Order: sequence, then structure tokens, then C-alpha cells
Amino acid sequence: MPILAYRDALNQAMAEEMERDDNVYLMGEEVAEYNGAYKVSQGLWERFGSRRVIDTPISEEGFAGIGIGSAMVGLRPIIEFMTFSFSLVAIDQILNNAANMRYMSGGQFSVPIVFRGSSGMAGCLAATHSHRLEAIYSHFPGLTVVMPATAADAKGLLKSSIRSDDPVIFIEHENLYGEKGEVPDGDVLTPIGKANVVREGSDVTLLTYSRSLINTLAAAEQLAGEGVSAEVIDLRTLRPLDLDTILTSVVKTHRCVIIEENWPYCGIGAGVADRIYQKVFDELDAPIRRVTVKDAPIPYNRNLEASMLPTVDRIVAKINDVLYRNA
Amino acid sequence: MSQVQTAPRTIVDRQTAVKWLRQMHLIRRFEERAAFLYQSQKIGGFCHLYNGQEACAVGSIGMLREDDYLITAYRDHGHALARGMDPKPAMAELLGKSTGCSTGKGGSMHFFEAEKNFLGGHAIVGSHIPLATGVAFAAKYKKTDSVCLCYFGDGAINQGSFHEALNMAGMWKLPAIYYVENNLIAMGTQLERSSAVLDLTVRGGDPFKMPAYRVDANDVEQVAEITQLAIARARAGEGPTFIEAITYRFRGHSMSDPQKYRTKEDLEKAKQRDPILLWENRLLQRGWIDESSLEQMRDEIKEEVEAAIEFAENSPEPGPEDLYTNITVAPYIPQESD
Ligand SMILES: Cc1ncc(C[n+]2csc(CCOP(=O)(O)OP(=O)(O)O)c2C)c(N)n1
Ligand SMILES: [Mg+2]
Repeated sequence: MPILAYRDALNQAMAEEMERDDNVYLMGEEVAEYNGAYKVSQGLWERFGSRRVIDTPISEEGFAGIGIGSAMVGLRPIIEFMTFSFSLVAIDQILNNAANMRYMSGGQFSVPIVFRGSSGMAGCLAATHSHRLEAIYSHFPGLTVVMPATAADAKGLLKSSIRSDDPVIFIEHENLYGEKGEVPDGDVLTPIGKANVVREGSDVTLLTYSRSLINTLAAAEQLAGEGVSAEVIDLRTLRPLDLDTILTSVVKTHRCVIIEENWPYCGIGAGVADRIYQKVFDELDAPIRRVTVKDAPIPYNRNLEASMLPTVDRIVAKINDVLYRNA
Repeated sequence: MSQVQTAPRTIVDRQTAVKWLRQMHLIRRFEERAAFLYQSQKIGGFCHLYNGQEACAVGSIGMLREDDYLITAYRDHGHALARGMDPKPAMAELLGKSTGCSTGKGGSMHFFEAEKNFLGGHAIVGSHIPLATGVAFAAKYKKTDSVCLCYFGDGAINQGSFHEALNMAGMWKLPAIYYVENNLIAMGTQLERSSAVLDLTVRGGDPFKMPAYRVDANDVEQVAEITQLAIARARAGEGPTFIEAITYRFRGHSMSDPQKYRTKEDLEKAKQRDPILLWENRLLQRGWIDESSLEQMRDEIKEEVEAAIEFAENSPEPGPEDLYTNITVAPYIPQESD
């Protein structure tokens, strides 16, 4: 299988879908002539031209709305936010219009659109430029929220998202763009709403997604050396959540830790833990533990920023907690 | 309503004129050294330098009183220094130190100095323009005659916030002065690919019932002259002014910009009208400075910036306990998961 960087896998997905369907177009800041702020759209403008790869002014609310309007009448826009931090400028369009349109119109209008872009704490970007907004977007019925962790899923999920008939919030991670992995050639789709058991295990279930998959796997590996068998599940889609895969695992291991680069209060893990408690409380041998970013705005200072993130040590400590290995 | 300024007039005395030259040199030197420190990875994240645009901040902020306000975007080092921020806390902020002007939590894009009524650098494009209008609203509300200067780029006027904020300022005759620092480019997008009209005074003036001027912002004196006019108008309760300051940025957008959107020749041509050179030459012509005083000024500035770097490097990092400070009025109660 070819080895691709996450960034190039996204690029391939867009190119293939644009090739397949003339209704698919890419719009956003610096996506065309500059080849994207993070080079995700490298070469697409050259290949598809200015009709389909479109640079916009810095007008997020405007071009998000333009995307939604065009989707209501049959186009399939991919709207790039340079980072999801800037989607906050467009949030009225996303939450009020994209998420509600099918519902409010009694099913007459759908909004087949993908909002995609980078996100996260990527090194000294400070409070305004480091946001992870998946908890906010996942809160809203009507939206699909996807967060690939690997190059293969970046491609497969983006292709599925572009073909989805509902608005998809497709959140990448700035620090994953250079991560390489095997990516199947051609038209291979990763289904939306399906988690992936990345590592099988029997003692504890680790739920995570996006960049924290890397540290979670490292923590599992470290504990394997101490005889702990951890099952690692990459959620991949946050809404709709693949509860079947989660519950099957938790019923097998009876213990669960949720890892996310997100604030703790009302974060993704809070919602996922609630789903598990509602369904299989009796199966649990320990309370679910969560590893999140610290509950503070994101600082510029490098050390403070690093201290907020779910490190391998913090993950291992929580796994030990649920296994009662601390004493 | 747009007017074009041409011939420079002497509007400040020698002392102020020389001070402005000094400030422009200080900003240039500060930025050059910041670029170096960025390359040696002592500064992280985004770092937008002000080289080439110095006359805009210096000529306008130079006309303010102490009780006036200013607010700008993320390309904020120049405005801070022009307002008199000590280069030490400025440099310390870039290095993320607790002695920085935002205690190491804001970084390059988020400089603040409340004591000098500097309401910050702001990194979400267009987001601070309504804040400026709010500051002007407060000045009027409190029945003072303070004014608020607000700076933003040619890219920022395409945000809804710009239109909403200027409309209310115009309607309510608020004492705000809006500068679009038109360096002809927003990241990699040239003005003609971002704006339906190229004369930005059309976009900022008539629609909001405020006078709009275009000024050659390579000329610090022209910037000052227009600003003087706008300030007088604002203090008299006549309302806001929109100023299109034509300028050019000499460096890339942030620190990793291949700059494919312009040629070396474009850049060299712009540098022939370097605002510092222009001002220096004019002051030499007026006999307000000479080569030896210039030499001395440059040496002093070098020392001042090196001292700032030394201060920054020797300053402590914020400690782990600082993560939870200044989030709310104390005590802040973190909602941690454990
Ligand atoms: C809402 C928002 N969208 C996009 C960005 C990314 N961005 C930062 S600066 C910039 C260009 C701004 O250009 P301009 O307003 O002309 O100011 P200049 O950089 O030229 O000073 C862009 C696109 C951002 N910070 N905020
Ligand atoms: Mg600009």
C-alpha cells in the first residue's frame, strides 16, 4: 500500500471526489493560488482551475453561508477554515443554517457540505488560535462530526464526508499533517459513524480520537510491558457515535479511560461516559476516568502549553487508576 | 468624500520629529532581532513583523494624548513600541516569559499594556474593530474627549465585524479613528483578489457617513497630519474618521511565507520608499539631525534592543501554577476531570 502523509491523503480525497463529481468544489482562504495555508490543497487550483478551487477574502461568515446556499441547490462544497478557530466567526451559519435546514424545511432542503480545516494546540499559537471545537459542534443535532487520526482515515473519511447528504464538520489536527501512514489506493471509503479498534486488549478500553491516538497507543504499549492488555479504540466519528463498538469493548474489559485534547467540562468524554453509564453501568468494575486538556485557556508559553496536553504519563496514571494498580 | 494628501507639511517640532525617527528605528531593530530569535527557535507560533509599516503607527500614535486609546491586530509590536512600551517586556513576551507584557500567555499576537491605554493586539482578523467602537462609545458615554485609534489590515475589512462596527460608530458619532493599513496584501491574497473596489476610502467612508482619507503612510508626517485632523474632529464630538494608510510590508506574512505572490523587484522597488529612509533624509535636509547624531541614535537603539533580549532571556518562565491565574477574578475553580 502507498505511504502518504495525512495532508496528502486529504489532498487525494478532494482530488478524487472533484474528479468524480463536478458539483464538488473547494472554497476558502488561500486554498487556491497559495495552495492552502497548510498545503492541504497543493496543486488543486492548477488542476481544477478557478471555477472549482476558489480563494475568498477573509470573510468566514460570508463564505460559509455561500457554501450552504449553494449546497441547498445541489452543489457539494468543501469549505476550508484555515483553522477551526476561525469557524467561530461563521458559527451562526453553521449552527443555525447548516445544522437546521433539513429539519426546519420539513425535509425539503438538505445541506451536503463539508467544513474542514486544522485545529488544536500546535505550538505557541495561544488562546485564539488553538481551539478544539468538536464538543460544541457535536452538541448540535443535524451535524456530523468527524476527526480522523490517521492518513488512511483522513482520506477515507473525507471521501465519505463529501458524499454525505448532511453537513459534516471535518476537524483535522495541525500536528498530524506530516504524519505518514499506509493509504489504500483509489476509491476506498471509511464509513461515517464507525469506530476503529486499533489495538485489541482485554483489561481496559481506551477511547480516543485525533492526535491523542498517538499518545494513547504509546501508553498501551508501555503498559503491555507490565502485563496490562489495553484495547484502543479510535472513535473517528464523534456524532453519530459508534456506541456498539464502544459497548462491546467495555462489556469485555469492564474498565474504560477516555482521552481527548479537549476541555473536561462538557467535553466529548463527558458525553461518551454518559452513554456508557446509561447502557452498561453494571458491567463497570471502576468509574470511567478521563484524560483531557487542563481547564484553562491556551497559553502562549511553550511549557505551559505542553503541561495542558494528555501526555503518556497522564494516560498511564488514569489507566492504573481504573485497574486499581496504584496502591 | 475621499481626499488625497500630497505635499508634506512640518507639523511637529524638531524634538518630536527626532523622537519619531528614533521610534521607527527602534521598531525596525526590534523586529530584525525578533526574526533572528524566531529562527533560533526562542520564539514560537506566529510572529508578524511590522518592517516597512513603521511610519503608520509612529505618525498616528505620536499625535495621541496619554488619555487616548489604541487597539490593533496581531501585527502589533510596532504599535506597542510607538505607544512607548518598554522593549524589555515586549521582547520577554515573545520569549514567553512571565515578565512579558502579557505575562507570557499572549505571545507575539497578543501584546497588551493597560497603563498606556493599549488595548491589545488581536489575532482573529476583524475581531477587534467592534472593540474599538466600544472604547469610543465609552469615551463619549463618560463625557471625556478621549479618542480611540484602531488599526487593521486590508484583509480585515472583509469581515462583517468591520461593517457592523463602523456603521454604529458613524451613526452615533463616536470618537474613533479607523486606519486600514493597506499593505496591498492579506497573507497571500493581493488586494484586487479580496476587494470589489480598490479605493478603500469608498468602503470605509460614505457608507458610514464618515470622512475618509487616503494617505501615503511611508511619510510619517502625512500620517500625523491626517491624524491631527481626525483627532480634532473626534474630540469636537463630530464623529469618526476612516483613513486608508497606503503602506508595504517588507517581510513575509508571518515567519514561514515563501512570498510567491511578489517578485524580488516589487520588494526592492518598495524599499526605495522605506519610511525610515524618507524621514531620515527629510530631517537631514532640515538640518534637524546630522550623520553623527544618527550614528549615535543607531548605536543606542542597538544597545537598547540587546538589553531587552538579555532581560527576556534572563527572565523566568511562568510556573505550572500560572496555568490557572487570570482566568476569572480569583479564585478560579477549574472543572478538571479528576
Ligand atoms: C478570522 C480569521 N481568519 C483568518 C485568519 C488568518 N489570517 C491571519 S492574518 C491574515 C491576513 C490578514 O491580512 P491583512 O488584514 O491585510 O493584515 P496584514 O497581515 O497585511 O497586516 C489571515 C488570513 C485569522 N487570524 N482570523
Ligand atoms: Mg494587508
